[in-house]
Amino acid sequence: MTSVLPIILAAAAACAVTTSLAAMLMLAERYLVKYGTCRLDVNSSDRVIEVKGGKSVLESLKAEGIFVPSACGGRGTCAYCKLKITEGGGPVAPTELALLSEQELSENVRITCQVKVRNDMSLVVPEHLLSAGEYRGVVERITDLTHDIKNLRIRLVEPKSIKYQPGQYIQLEAPAYGSNPEAVFRAYSMSSMPDEDDCLELIIRLVPGGICTTWVFTMLAEGDEVRFNGPYGDFHLSETDREMIWIAGGSGMAPFWSMVRHMAAHDMARKTTYFFGAVRARDLFLVEELRKLDQHHEWFTFVPALSAPADEDNWDGETGRITDVVDRHVSDGSQAEVYLCGSPGMVDAAGRVVTAKGIPPERIFFDKFG
Amino acid sequence: MTAMLAETAAQLSPSPGLWIVLISAALTDNILLTRFLGMCPFLSISKQLKSAFGMGLAVMIVTGCTCVLNYLLYVHLLLPLAPYGVPAESLKLILFIVVIAGFVQLLEMVIERISLKLYFSLGIFLPLITVNCAILGASLFMVNNVAGKGYDGWDVLVYGFGAGAGWFLAIMLMAGIRHRISGGKVPAGLQGVGITLIITGIMAMAFTIFQGMIRS
Repeated sequence: MTSVLPIILAAAAACAVTTSLAAMLMLAERYLVKYGTCRLDVNSSDRVIEVKGGKSVLESLKAEGIFVPSACGGRGTCAYCKLKITEGGGPVAPTELALLSEQELSENVRITCQVKVRNDMSLVVPEHLLSAGEYRGVVERITDLTHDIKNLRIRLVEPKSIKYQPGQYIQLEAPAYGSNPEAVFRAYSMSSMPDEDDCLELIIRLVPGGICTTWVFTMLAEGDEVRFNGPYGDFHLSETDREMIWIAGGSGMAPFWSMVRHMAAHDMARKTTYFFGAVRARDLFLVEELRKLDQHHEWFTFVPALSAPADEDNWDGETGRITDVVDRHVSDGSQAEVYLCGSPGMVDAAGRVVTAKGIPPERIFFDKFG
Repeated sequence: MTAMLAETAAQLSPSPGLWIVLISAALTDNILLTRFLGMCPFLSISKQLKSAFGMGLAVMIVTGCTCVLNYLLYVHLLLPLAPYGVPAESLKLILFIVVIAGFVQLLEMVIERISLKLYFSLGIFLPLITVNCAILGASLFMVNNVAGKGYDGWDVLVYGFGAGAGWFLAIMLMAGIRHRISGGKVPAGLQGVGITLIITGIMAMAFTIFQGMIRS
């Protein structure tokens, strides 16, 4: 009996100390970290929302149905959630400094996942984000395009339709699974046509170790419910009649597959040359369909190219890196517009090639992923 | 001065007096330079004077307050339980860590509330402080001093803030020196942590010279 007493006493002492500390912290959290109701003034009183303070601006806006893109899930690394906070933003946190340029700092641009709502604020949200919403849908079909690229067709459930421009993207939610403790959002461009507004199609390439693509490739099945928000992005056809040069690789196909069919359906006869790069024949997809469009439409030229065709591919088309192919085909691009979509390396390299062809930077549009 | 301090120390022994407690905690027994505790933040945050000031101040406040809290806990809870066979010596290690962690959390919330500017200059360091061994070290040495040198409550208060002030002084000195040498030529292999550790060693020698001043 005597040997048990010290143990009980020691445990009781330890418990008493930790419990009183925990109680103190809870009280402090209750009464100290209290910001009350704060007013967020969006776009000069275009929309005024009232939120409970204490959460990040990004989260608070999301709760009110304003979806600002964020790929890192509020960890302050992707810098997608930049917005201008004209009033009430408070001092810039050290975590923001690394992600903001001098000019952005002077214009009150902030990383909204790192700014807490502590008081009333005024902020500027781009119009296209205000029209973005949260959607629920059901996977209608998953098809293999190549060995590592899948086409995901989603039928909308709630809301039942979506309006977007070809080239825009949505953020697909990959729910928590396995060792991935919380839901993450990843951006994918629509490859479907906006005319079909009750369905969406996405082209998704497997990224080894990628949280979202692994989920799509190994766990997602037809009939499953998915959530996404959008549409976002200013990568879409300009309102001019300029000749266009499109350059894409891999799943960078998606926005162009949407654009070209949209143009064909609406008789938008803008001269367009589409360069699509892959490594070997097994990495190509939708080629037959695009060649057919090429044959049927005077204005559209499709140039697929392989960088390293295998012997059994019997490839008689263009070979070499896509940037070299573009270099060979385009002689004077000074009047053209360029649209680039693919990995950052490809987009940067292609950007250099077309800049050398005399295309000014304001006519080069791009969608980088990675 | 030296003779006077030594005399005062001799007179006041075993309870040495607040002035001596402060001098020994901050200078002669500088927790960073004589025991090399709290080295990680010292090395990584001494690049800029501004952040070194924030970190040093945070360590000083936390060390001072947690020393007092842990003193109260030790004297009024653990020691009275010792006659019943409760192992105060092993229990103190666990409970001191808990108290420090809880106090740092609380301090973080208070600072965020009081001043955002202070929060952004100190706030990022506070979570680091929880695992700053200088702070736990100060609390543990405090217990030794209570038992060995007869420190009372006031002594402990001064000791805690003194130890923190010593750490503060050391990191400020280092940040100043690093600022000075940032334009100079440091051999490639020694840049960063290498030269910092060498300077720390020289500073430590300078500080240990004070040790003759106080008889233990």
